[in-house]
Amino acid sequence: MTAIYDNKIVTIIDYGAGNLRSVARAVSHAGYKPLITSDPTDIPEAWSLIVPGVGAAADTMHNLQTGSFIEPILDYTKSGRPFLGVCMGMQALFDSSDEDGFQKCLGVLAGKIIRFPEGSIIPHMGWNTVRFGNEIPLFSNIKNESYFYFVHSYHAVPDNNDNVLAETQYASKYVPAIVGKENLIGTQFHPEKSGQAGLQLYKNFLDLAYEQKSICA
Amino acid sequence: MLTKRIIPCFDVDHGRVVKGISFVELRDAGDPVELATQYDANGADELVFLDITASSDYRDSVYDLIAETADQIFIPLTVGGGVRSPEDVRKMLEHGADKVSINTAAIESPQVISDSARRFGPQCIVVAMDAKKIADSKWEIYTHGGRNATGLDAIEWAQQATDRGAGELLITSMDTDGHQDGYDIDLLRTVRNTVDVPIIASGGAGTPEHLYDALTVGGADAVLAASIFHFGKYTIQDLKNYLQRRGLPMRPVE
Repeated sequence: MTAIYDNKIVTIIDYGAGNLRSVARAVSHAGYKPLITSDPTDIPEAWSLIVPGVGAAADTMHNLQTGSFIEPILDYTKSGRPFLGVCMGMQALFDSSDEDGFQKCLGVLAGKIIRFPEGSIIPHMGWNTVRFGNEIPLFSNIKNESYFYFVHSYHAVPDNNDNVLAETQYASKYVPAIVGKENLIGTQFHPEKSGQAGLQLYKNFLDLAYEQKSICA
Repeated sequence: MLTKRIIPCFDVDHGRVVKGISFVELRDAGDPVELATQYDANGADELVFLDITASSDYRDSVYDLIAETADQIFIPLTVGGGVRSPEDVRKMLEHGADKVSINTAAIESPQVISDSARRFGPQCIVVAMDAKKIADSKWEIYTHGGRNATGLDAIEWAQQATDRGAGELLITSMDTDGHQDGYDIDLLRTVRNTVDVPIIASGGAGTPEHLYDALTVGGADAVLAASIFHFGKYTIQDLKNYLQRRGLPMRPVE
């Protein structure tokens, strides 16, 4: 294997999306070494890739584009290697977002991103319970219905319900909290801001990735 | 179910946590890094760190203190105090803040809200406002830590700040702040009926019932408090147990 695998180095993409410190700290806490990089040529070398994200869909896609990240990320996800998208990094995986009209996204997962209905308090901000679908190894040592920290005004509507690994309830509806397919997952919440449960999720994801076990099964 | 949030707040002056009564008398309450670690372990849902140091030559060391504090916790951290521009917002986010609170600068130049929200997303822009009651159901906004009257109507300002992209409002009543006699419920209720972003109640928490009133009658999504925690009067666990017993959804202390 490669040096970055042997040295447990986890690749975190920096495309100007705010606070990466806490993501890096969560990775360290799980026993791995974070590599924060804005160099797209680091992506083909990665054995595990994290795409964080805050802000608006249009800015996210614009920044991914100008940083020349889109092609390498798509190649990476096609290779079936472990991928974690957080918040906007999760929403960007879908076909498109309604944010600011219409924004084409990465199209790795089928579906779109829509706004919470008017009349609700937006953003959905704070700690909410997450209900797991199947009890998979990704959720080891995390109690079902644990609390995670959310902050978002838009949510995913996947075409395929099999892509929903966990849900949360807000504004009188259930929305995806964790989506995934094969070795790729995305969390709507911020696990790096979600106390012990969030740290455990990082650890489970990275341990499965490192041991080359399936992430979503 | 989305829980109500309890947010301890530190006012930090020259690197020490202090807390004033009605914005003036300051009492020393400890080391911010130590307190942050304690509050995270004790079940705080978020932390707010407001730098109230007046001297500008001290500012750069504040960023180190933010980083030191942020590095101890795995819950959201809001930082404020002296934020003048989107560039200040960027620096705070870079040093580990998840949200940045803007107060005086937002009033002097509301464009700071729009520019920061566009650049970093509304979810990390908190507009903090200090309001003083001037008549029945009428409040005026003050700036500079409560020293300067602006003539601005608090409810109109809440609406404008939200329209410009504030993702959350931190509403402090200057009349009740530090007195531990309860939040200004009427102010909270009026803001709640005006805007659709989350609101944090601040100023006046003295008993668990005060928190309950702000979160129910006041319609607040979160309660901020300082004095009630710093001097050991109540623990976060005490308050969460109380609020849960009265039917409010709370995140259990881990």
